[in-house]
Amino acid sequence: MRGATRARWAVCAAAVALTATACGGGDSGGGGGADGIVSSSWGDPQNPLEPANTNEVQGGKVLDMVFRGLVRYDPKTGEAQNEIAEKIESKDSQNFTITIKDNWTFSNGEKVTAKSFVDAWNYGAALKNNQKNAYFFQYIDGYDKVHPESGSASAATLSGLKVVNGTTFTAKLSQKFSLWPDTLGYAAFVPLPKVFYTDHDAWLSKPVGNGPYTIEEYAKGSSMNLRRWDDYPGADKAQNGGIDLKVYTDNNTAYTDLTAGNLDLVDDVPASQLKNVKADLGDRYINTPAGIIQTLSFPFYEKVWDTPDAVKVRKGLSMAINRDQITDQIFQKTRTPASDWTSPVLGEEGGFKEGLCGSACEYDKAEAKKLIEEGGGIPGGQLKISYNADTGSHKEWVDAVCNSINNVMGNNKACVGGPVGTFADFRSQVSTQKLTGAWRAGWQMDYPLIQNFLQPLYYTNAPSNDGKWSDQKFDDLVDKANAESDKAKAVTTFQDAEKVLVEQMPVIPLWYQNGSAGYSDRVENVSLNPFSVPVYDQIKVK
Amino acid sequence: MGRYVIRRLLQMIPVFFGTTLLIFLMVYVMGDPIAGLCGDRQCDPATAAQLRAEFGLDKSVWHQYLSYMGNIFTGDFGTAFNGQKVTELMATAFPITIRLTVVAIVFEIVIGISLGVVTGLRRGRPVDTGVLILTLVVIAVPTFVTGLLLQLLLGVEWGIIKPSVSSEAPLDELIVPGLVLASVSLAYVTRLTRTSIAENARADYVRTAVAKGLPRRRVVVRHLLRNSLIPVVTFIGTDVGALMGGAIVTERIFNIHGVGYQLYQGILRQNSQTVVGFVTVLVLVFLAANLIVDLLYAVLDPRIRYA
Repeated sequence: MRGATRARWAVCAAAVALTATACGGGDSGGGGGADGIVSSSWGDPQNPLEPANTNEVQGGKVLDMVFRGLVRYDPKTGEAQNEIAEKIESKDSQNFTITIKDNWTFSNGEKVTAKSFVDAWNYGAALKNNQKNAYFFQYIDGYDKVHPESGSASAATLSGLKVVNGTTFTAKLSQKFSLWPDTLGYAAFVPLPKVFYTDHDAWLSKPVGNGPYTIEEYAKGSSMNLRRWDDYPGADKAQNGGIDLKVYTDNNTAYTDLTAGNLDLVDDVPASQLKNVKADLGDRYINTPAGIIQTLSFPFYEKVWDTPDAVKVRKGLSMAINRDQITDQIFQKTRTPASDWTSPVLGEEGGFKEGLCGSACEYDKAEAKKLIEEGGGIPGGQLKISYNADTGSHKEWVDAVCNSINNVMGNNKACVGGPVGTFADFRSQVSTQKLTGAWRAGWQMDYPLIQNFLQPLYYTNAPSNDGKWSDQKFDDLVDKANAESDKAKAVTTFQDAEKVLVEQMPVIPLWYQNGSAGYSDRVENVSLNPFSVPVYDQIKVK
Repeated sequence: MGRYVIRRLLQMIPVFFGTTLLIFLMVYVMGDPIAGLCGDRQCDPATAAQLRAEFGLDKSVWHQYLSYMGNIFTGDFGTAFNGQKVTELMATAFPITIRLTVVAIVFEIVIGISLGVVTGLRRGRPVDTGVLILTLVVIAVPTFVTGLLLQLLLGVEWGIIKPSVSSEAPLDELIVPGLVLASVSLAYVTRLTRTSIAENARADYVRTAVAKGLPRRRVVVRHLLRNSLIPVVTFIGTDVGALMGGAIVTERIFNIHGVGYQLYQGILRQNSQTVVGFVTVLVLVFLAANLIVDLLYAVLDPRIRYA
């Protein structure tokens, strides 16, 4: 993956940010009509745009354009490939030596060195910096010192990270984790320039990175104009002059703007428009798998759900849900019925296995009713599925799932939806174990590894194991898989762990979510990566 | 007059504290906002605790309210979760919404009052019936329907306007959204003016003015209209506040990044600092508009005097 040397535009090199437009697209910036510039819909990022603090897709979009890390996930296959890293080596799956290529710089001219990485990771892990992605550094030795569960930090830097020279550093993990290098493509692991620490406010108002785009203008809460960085040393140079991101409050307005020819790219087609999208856009509509799975979770801190009988009930409930019908009619095929606990974007090699769940995830009215009755019926006589009512049109599908269950049970009170006003309140109730019934859960992968779909969610006391499910056999298999140095073996061991989920059904897999996007006839070569973020750098303007 | 104003200003103080407290409590009972910051996963407890401390959420609600009010008087409206100062948000949002409100009010005054005068003077004629039906339709159809319809017709089908307003929101792009925002109030203004004019047209002073041989124009504008405007002014005055706060729907449809947008986002993210800050300013605007309306009465009707 060595950066192909391309003809450099010496004239443009001097003042990168300003001239990038002039040299790149040969036009002035501006709205949708400008040649070479792609206008795209955006949402206001929820957190400050720091790499280790951005955990949602809107901020992630920008980081993906402005930053490159050691590893990058192939936009098509999701496979981890070295980007800045020359090589990442380990003999024991615990001590890693990372060597970086020496031709990378930040867009302000500063060289990307081993120290750029180590400092950035230390910043991200330190408790005092309030970085919401700090837990990404949890596998590195010394994390518990810089980011203790309670109290104040007893160390300022991660003891597991050591700079060897300008292009080499070592990382010691606190446990064996053979797939760790593959996690390094996440935005939290990108290097940061010195100005990030020395003039933090200025950096936040206009982030400087090492990716194929530079930020020309950032009006917080309303728009961001990114321009191609012509001196970008990587192979994935931008194919367009730049991207203008515009914040939309309502994705319906963005869609209207797209159909009116006022906007080039909408990466979130509103559910209400899915019926019209074919007529409006024809083949300029993309609907591809994304690394997101949606499930129903159960409270294992409630005694009634943590019994062998309840296993039967959960299996019965799973079989009572007509996934095909719901994904067809409510989601217009933008979801695919789930038959395992991972995601199709992992691919067969990565651990996705269609049908792993077997008959327990297939609709079978008679068997479902039989199982639920054998298990003593739904605990409490009624299943309440909680969801947040403010975003994501969850009401429709929760009601449909309940209808499906009610039909099977022949009782229209067997299942009801339980709306919670806001997402924040919903998450607060989920994470503090306040709910006594089931709730909707969604998991968007951090990195395309089967480990990420299993360990954070089902391992005993894992950070996102909200239902507090615990199973010794599952935990042992995950530990074994992490220690496995052969990747293929690790994957099959993870799949063995997944089979425990089939037996116990701690959460019911519902469907895999797709990413959907629509684009104007001005642009081509538009695609979504496995994180459902548009691959901006490959978009070509006609 | 001066005394009256001072009394009114003093009355505003309890209203101000009452409303801010109510809003503060409402946002507070929505629950813990921190959990929503980490997406569909649990925030790590140490960071969550740190964030709670930073935003003062670990204190009791009264403590939070008092320290918030204390900060407000020093001009510090707090920080939103995305790290932006609320004052900064206000500086970008209020000018846009004020511009939108001004456009709406101008429509109300110009179109609403002229239609009202015309129909009031021609009671029972076809023009009166026509406008009556039109206003009924406008009042009956919800704003979001008119908004989406105009957006689709003018923006997508005919291409006369852009369906969404750019982030700078210049005046010319706000004409259609302003009309949509004003539509319902405009209909009310028309009907209020019409009734008032029709009633006063038979008043003695109008007959006197006509008998004096004053030109018709002067009779209508100086005598009839001026006296008929009191209910209309009351309505428009209170409408200023309602339009500013109530622009959420219109702002969403046309993607205007004004007060409605910030409030909506603040509520979704349960960001009390943003919500209370914006509502506080809206409350002040509302109170001020009411005071100005009351003072305008005296200007319009010489019989009203404030001691």
